[in-house]
Amino acid sequence: MKVAAVIVALLVALALQSTLAGLRIGGTTAVNLVLVVVVYGALSFGATGGLVIGTMGGLIQDALAGGLIGIGGFAKTVVGFLVGWLGAQFIVTQPLPRFVMFVGATMVHEACTQLLYAVVEARGFRLPYSATLTQAAVNALVGVLAFQFVEHGPQLLARRRSRSASLGRRHY
Amino acid sequence: MLESQGTQPLRQRTGVLFVLVLVGHLILISAQVQSGAGVPVLEAATFGAFSRVQLAMAAVLGVGRHGWGNYVALRGTREENEVLKRQLADLEVRLQEQHALIARTEQLQQLLSLQKGTSLPTIAAEVIAGNPNPGIRSVTVNRGSRDGVMTDMAVISPKGVVGRVVGRPAAHASRVQLLIDSAAAAAALIERSRAGGMAAGVDDDPPLQLQLVSNLADVVVGDAVVTSGDDGVYPRGFAIGKVEKSERGHGLYRAITVRPAVDFSSVEEVLIVLVPAKPAAPRPESPAVPAERAK
Repeated sequence: MKVAAVIVALLVALALQSTLAGLRIGGTTAVNLVLVVVVYGALSFGATGGLVIGTMGGLIQDALAGGLIGIGGFAKTVVGFLVGWLGAQFIVTQPLPRFVMFVGATMVHEACTQLLYAVVEARGFRLPYSATLTQAAVNALVGVLAFQFVEHGPQLLARRRSRSASLGRRHY
Repeated sequence: MLESQGTQPLRQRTGVLFVLVLVGHLILISAQVQSGAGVPVLEAATFGAFSRVQLAMAAVLGVGRHGWGNYVALRGTREENEVLKRQLADLEVRLQEQHALIARTEQLQQLLSLQKGTSLPTIAAEVIAGNPNPGIRSVTVNRGSRDGVMTDMAVISPKGVVGRVVGRPAAHASRVQLLIDSAAAAAALIERSRAGGMAAGVDDDPPLQLQLVSNLADVVVGDAVVTSGDDGVYPRGFAIGKVEKSERGHGLYRAITVRPAVDFSSVEEVLIVLVPAKPAAPRPESPAVPAERAK
């Protein structure tokens, strides 16, 4: 069930990402939803889960992007594994630590990507800090909200249902 | 505790999986990228990495081979080297012996030729000792009165005149005064111009002078000096040496130095002329050799 949910989340993220591809800040996409899913999965399922999700998400994203297949996979594998490992070492259940984790994951992901491109294209390493920080902030926001929604959404729905049901019985 | 023991292999497996996945990614990326030379990066990287491994292996093997060849395999070399050194020393000694034997054989052959070539009665003698006094140039030979050796008999070698027997010979040994001794002399003449004089030993280099030769005589450097036979000791015609310097003297006589024909430092075999000395006969065309100086 969880695996299926992750796969679905990945597919949705990919679809949304392709839709939001035109939204760029400083040459970098403003949000990376696949990365958000990878980090989310890694925090939820640990290093192995993060590794697998990162690999799958990265490779699919690379395949859809039409560029070199493996660069995104490599970066997201690294991110998934590191986040999963750090999530097992520290308590990352509050919004702020999760926010920091998303920001860090985005920075690492972008650094890995740029590093690999620098190696492949035989050029110098350069990291667009402002765009990367913006994307990190957006990713972190989306990720924290996703966590909040997933963790507290069912309770809110159940509460609202129960409230509406109690109001429905009060027929004077 | 059990949980920690169980999670440890899991972490290791995750780490291994992580590395494998990353390597897989790198291979995947490399397969799609070409290097500057047009070779796929995967191939270039693989070849480059493998060549490094090959280099490292070659270096390790080289070190091993070097260590084996220069250390392990040379364990017995020290002993072998000692044996070879001893063999070499033995062979060098034997070689020296062979050289000495050859030289001695040649000397004996020359001596034999001289003995056969001359009509004079001679007897071969071997130099058995030198003179311990450096001021007196004489040697001892292994022939004495029992062999017919007498005082004042001439001693010659294939190269030329050596000296004469001095003192009373022992039964089996005699003392020979070398011609280069400062007290020795022999009647001599220039072979080319027949100019006569007296060859006398001196403490100088060359150790012979041709004295009593007139300033008017024809003597040039390189002229052969031979015995004239006028002193009654040395037979006529035996080589004494060659003129090395010939200058006009202050008085009546020329200053002539002679390089001896015989190498007196290596005289080993000689012939003693078994002809008793005769009284000196003065030659009309050359100054007479003083009897006491010649003897």
